[in-house]
Amino acid sequence: MVQLTLPKNSRMTTGKTWPKPEGATNLRKVQIYRWNPEDGKNPQLDTYFLDMDNCGPMVLDALIKIKNEIDPTLTFRRSCREGICGSCAMNIDGINTLACIYGMDEIKGDIKIYPLPHMPVIKDLIPDLTHFYAQHASIMPWLETKSNEPAKEWKQSIDDRKKLDGLYECVMCACCSTSCPSYWWNGDRYLGPAALLHAYRWIVDSRDEATGERLDDLEDPFKLYRCHTIMNCAKTCPKGLNPAKAIANIKGMMVERVV
Amino acid sequence: MAFLTDRKRAMGMGSAKQGTHHHWQMMVTSVALLVLIPFFVFTFGFILGAPYEEVVAYYQRPFPAVVAILTMLVGFFHFRLGVQTLIEDYVHGLAGRAAIIGMICLSYAAAAFAVFAIIRIAL
Repeated sequence: MVQLTLPKNSRMTTGKTWPKPEGATNLRKVQIYRWNPEDGKNPQLDTYFLDMDNCGPMVLDALIKIKNEIDPTLTFRRSCREGICGSCAMNIDGINTLACIYGMDEIKGDIKIYPLPHMPVIKDLIPDLTHFYAQHASIMPWLETKSNEPAKEWKQSIDDRKKLDGLYECVMCACCSTSCPSYWWNGDRYLGPAALLHAYRWIVDSRDEATGERLDDLEDPFKLYRCHTIMNCAKTCPKGLNPAKAIANIKGMMVERVV
Repeated sequence: MAFLTDRKRAMGMGSAKQGTHHHWQMMVTSVALLVLIPFFVFTFGFILGAPYEEVVAYYQRPFPAVVAILTMLVGFFHFRLGVQTLIEDYVHGLAGRAAIIGMICLSYAAAAFAVFAIIRIAL
């Protein structure tokens, strides 16, 4: 059943306000969600002040600066710092995006940073993506073939290869799935935009020989048809992809098999 | 639940191998309503506010009566499909199934009463 209020132990409280850096003239206020599973307290919103004359331009630069210079207990994932690994996905200024490619100049007023919405939090800005990854694995994200292995490679025409553009670029950051209200309410059964975009990437691959089985596995009122074309996924994708279109294409293929 | 693997949880009970029929019916009824609703608004709006005898005489003509009957039938069928999705979204388990049964009964009853009322005026 849908829950309209946060459970008691998830309600936000006002956190610590860290002192302003001395001598700084160009200050920016950053508010960050903090939760530590070991202290038994509710989540809190800590306030930091950054000297922008001495900080990189991206939100990830701000987080790294805070961790290095102000509060080493701040916890977040990061790796490539150039939008390829998808590790630093979080909710910044109300938008799910990658901290490494989101400029602070795009944000008006205070910078508010929360973990990806509606996922269990492990600590601070780190969501538990176990189920999200398991759903991705369930769509068999690999080439399935039944023909004998060719001597060299599985050939693909240039036109067929082009069909994978806009699909293969997904970095599995989970921004889209965690922005989807259908995934919030039914994420246990609904595969979500990311897994479905990957499913379509293999369904539409001319070399794959399991198209029918893939469609069979997706034909389900919850796995696929919980998508109500809300389009949050396409709006929030930091890579500019359109999972909603991929899902619509899967639905179109489902209808094509029947009518 | 504690000892289920992540993969087992993600796979659940597998695919129900249905949903496309529901989706297709939604699409068909949407297109039908796209045509029917303007006709219904036009015919119903044309006679709205007229004296009783004129309304009865108007709905004894085949076109307004058939448009009204089709709009009610298709509209309530579309309603039944849409609200089923809505209930599935927000209410789970036994309560959800009970709500779906109640909603289906309500939709078909409303459609039947609407059609009966129009036929009674038309004939």
